[in-house]
Amino acid sequence: MLGIAVIVFREVLEAALIVSVILAATRGVHNRLAMIGGGVAAGCIGSWIVAFFTAQLSNAFAGNGQELLHAGIMFTVVGLLAWHVIWMQSHGREMVHEMKDIGAAVVAGKKPLLALAIVVALAVLREGSEVVLFVQGMMASGAQQDVAVGFVLGLFTGVLIGAFLYAGFVKLSLKHLFSTTNIVLILIAAGMAARGSDKLIQAGFIPSLYDRVWDSSALLPETSVPGQLLSALVGYIAQPNAMQLVFYGVTVTCISALLYMQKKPAVVKV
Amino acid sequence: MKNGVRVYVTVVVAMVFGIVLAGKSFANDAAKVDASAEAVQSVTVTLKNHVFEPSAIEVPADKKIALVVTNSDATPEEFESHDLHREKVIAAGATATINVGRLKPGIYKFAGEYNEKTAHGTITVK
Repeated sequence: MLGIAVIVFREVLEAALIVSVILAATRGVHNRLAMIGGGVAAGCIGSWIVAFFTAQLSNAFAGNGQELLHAGIMFTVVGLLAWHVIWMQSHGREMVHEMKDIGAAVVAGKKPLLALAIVVALAVLREGSEVVLFVQGMMASGAQQDVAVGFVLGLFTGVLIGAFLYAGFVKLSLKHLFSTTNIVLILIAAGMAARGSDKLIQAGFIPSLYDRVWDSSALLPETSVPGQLLSALVGYIAQPNAMQLVFYGVTVTCISALLYMQKKPAVVKV
Repeated sequence: MKNGVRVYVTVVVAMVFGIVLAGKSFANDAAKVDASAEAVQSVTVTLKNHVFEPSAIEVPADKKIALVVTNSDATPEEFESHDLHREKVIAAGATATINVGRLKPGIYKFAGEYNEKTAHGTITVK
């Protein structure tokens, strides 16, 4: 039972962390709960569909279907997060302003909110499909009650840690909240890009350039809870290869470069 | 402010340069892969009753290795190895190929995440 809880917890945690950062980032935006809740629901439904088609997916693209699906999901998330962060840069200030006038509905938040709802759906989908497969397998091999208790326990603990993180973010003042969540979202995007590139390496599409640029797995294993927190939030990788570092660096640089151009429109005009 | 712009341009140019270099070595690597397509050594592993067979694998160092894992159980399994940085879900009755690339000498552990108690093994690279 505990084993089941641990596995479900590990899968749920990453999705829960992303959801909590996004909830914090959209604080005060009209309709956000419906949109993000919808994203979670869509991700759950999608998980069942993906789990159902796992065999077919794996066999697609010369046996690399699963890697390509994951890489595709991750790079989509990178793009959506980049778009959101850049959009926030230009509209965030007005939003903070409007929010200060109590009761002013922030209609402007609608577009990027959809992007974030999709990010949430994809995060839930990626982790959820593995949970569904695992629980199905366990159910099939008996001890159904244990499976159910373990599942609920794992789900609950994962969501609880996400809630703690949210509470921490919410303590920040609105002004700091946006800049902090923006940085976290950029790092989440960079970490996603790094891990997406690893999927392409696994599929044999791109080389790793150089394996194990460093190895901090003894110091802070990715499987430990702090390791997993860092891995989900800033893209910590205990044994990265050079290609992952390139993807990480390029993502951070590109998004911040675009942000910089947004910040200084005068420079762009010249 | 101008200084900031210059720093930024420098960083971006450096990154682009890095990508080009990476792309070049990729092209070289791809050519190598084409030239030695048969040099990939496949190792066949079968999962039955949540146990890998063989569970102790030996492979030579610095040779491209691909694990061909068949799951002959009735439940799905996730092949997982933190040492190798690989994870892949293998449906019941399905076979999956996992490219692990060239390995340095050492011992690499792997496991079936859904049945970790029984499904585990090692790859010894010499």
